[in-house]
Amino acid sequence: MNSWRVLKEAVESLASNKLRTALTMLGIVIGVAAVLSMTAIGEGASSSITSSIESMGTNLIYISRTYSDNNSNPQALTLADAEALVESGGAPSVLAVAPSVNTSRTVVYGDNSTSTTIIGVTPDFATVRNKTVSTGRFISEADIDANSTVAVLGSDVVDDLFGASVGVIGQKIRIGNMLYEVVGILEASGGTAIGSSDDQIIVPITTAFSRLVARSNANDEVNMISVSAVDSESIDSAVSEISSILRSRHSISSDEDDDFSILSQETMTDAASSITGVLTIFLGGIAAISLLVGGIGIMNIMLVSVIERTKEIGLRKAVGARNNDILMQFMTESLIIGLIGGLIGVVLAYGLAGLIKNIAAASSYSLNPEITFGSILMAVGFSVAVGLVFGIYPASRAAKLEPVEALRTE
Amino acid sequence: MKKNVVEVKDLVKTYQMGDIQVNALRGLSMSVKEGEVIAIMGPSGSGKSTLMNTLGCLDRPTSGTYILNGENVQSMEDDQLADVRNRQVGFIFQSYNLLSRTTAVANVMLPLRYKRNNGHGDPKKIAEELLTRVGLEDRMNHKPFEMSGGQQQRVAIARALVNNPAIILADEPTGNLDSKSGKEIMDLLLGLNEERGVTLIIVTHDPKIAALTERTVRILDGRVENE
Repeated sequence: MNSWRVLKEAVESLASNKLRTALTMLGIVIGVAAVLSMTAIGEGASSSITSSIESMGTNLIYISRTYSDNNSNPQALTLADAEALVESGGAPSVLAVAPSVNTSRTVVYGDNSTSTTIIGVTPDFATVRNKTVSTGRFISEADIDANSTVAVLGSDVVDDLFGASVGVIGQKIRIGNMLYEVVGILEASGGTAIGSSDDQIIVPITTAFSRLVARSNANDEVNMISVSAVDSESIDSAVSEISSILRSRHSISSDEDDDFSILSQETMTDAASSITGVLTIFLGGIAAISLLVGGIGIMNIMLVSVIERTKEIGLRKAVGARNNDILMQFMTESLIIGLIGGLIGVVLAYGLAGLIKNIAAASSYSLNPEITFGSILMAVGFSVAVGLVFGIYPASRAAKLEPVEALRTE
Repeated sequence: MKKNVVEVKDLVKTYQMGDIQVNALRGLSMSVKEGEVIAIMGPSGSGKSTLMNTLGCLDRPTSGTYILNGENVQSMEDDQLADVRNRQVGFIFQSYNLLSRTTAVANVMLPLRYKRNNGHGDPKKIAEELLTRVGLEDRMNHKPFEMSGGQQQRVAIARALVNNPAIILADEPTGNLDSKSGKEIMDLLLGLNEERGVTLIIVTHDPKIAALTERTVRILDGRVENE
């Protein structure tokens, strides 16, 4: 008995009860579609987060203050620390340094006001943090030297204060009790999985020190120093160079802990992808349960089918079918349900992924579910395996029927 | 001198039904010659069905020997028995037992599907020739529900013949048919016996059917009562 006949017969048998076959398959279709679309969402979230971390700058390293019990005299990061990183010559792997201070203020233009983050920066901030202006200009050296009251606005702030983005350059907005001239608008970076960077105002760091941050800050303390390394290979060496310069400037002895933390973009993406990896496994795992339920559906229907076809099995045995022939016949049927159900599930998953992408876009998140070839293979392989595993028991029940008993059944 | 195709000796079959031991066959011996047409008769509970199942290699005796066309079948494994049924036995049932979703041709071809050594020509052609012989040349692609009882039984007869078996076992072949169709089926079976020399073993309640055969074996209490 050749395998083509077995296949043809299994298809005929499944086709003879289309509704039942379709319902049984539906369990597998939903299972596979769920597994695929859930892992696709996980993958999509992962690459969305990774790309938004990467959009914050190239070869970026963040330095911020930390506290440790094992440090008797922790010091804040200062403007002088930032300058030392470029000027000492002790950090050849460092390309550019951008210290920054943050504060939060209400800004007013005419009748409109909004509460937003004010960041005081140097001109290098634009290169280190990958900021570009869509109109006007960024903060210049001259602004720093002159303590100019100028501001570069994020696109969300422009929307909140002006409503439109034309004719904004040259307008004066009020931050605290001073008026600032708008000199530029930042390129919108769009909503990302880790929040928007369009809701901020950038001012010269010197202006921030003198006008916006608390007076007690006599040492020009900064909240963060952003550093860009020469290239991606030199990130590790840049981290160790920065560490040794700051340790000596802060007089930290060798048995004490750092009073600062250095975070490279790489460690952030690693952390993010380990989180999304767990998310993907979690979502996929939940979806896999539905595939399992689909498998139980196959077993249920195949058991019913064996009982219904007892007499047919008896006849086949009477005319010479071996136990294995019967086993193969029923296994083929459940395999086909698993395989075709899996393939339909793949198609459905593509539909679901597109739907999720549109829903995410409608709520201004960029999430692009990614169905990989590997995940298709895995899901279809899994559904075929489910068909096999849950088909074995009914098929072996059929194969073990005694021909005399089976023929006697009505 | 014709050889014996069926030779059974001291067949014993004991069932366990709950606590009760049922002795269906109690040392039954009989033989059937090649090309013979015999009837097996007996009241229900006589062991007639058990004998049929044993002769058809569907069941193994508890003890005793059974030689079918030279093969010692009483101690064979399941798969070997399946092969013997495929090669040596053609079954005709009272209720036809055709596959309901399948055409007449495909039903006749069914035993060829389980044949171990291929060859002997195109299965479809063989099936079509047999259907023509039983008078169904215009019903080849009909499904069982599109045919009368007599026509269905003709399909079953063609199926029983398809592997050129040593014996054909017919269990009440006319039991579900009206007397006219019943007679036609008996004529067909006897005609095939004349023409091809197939050995026919017919189990029946009907003395009129038994009268058409060469010999009647009466079974009572698991033994041959008389011949």
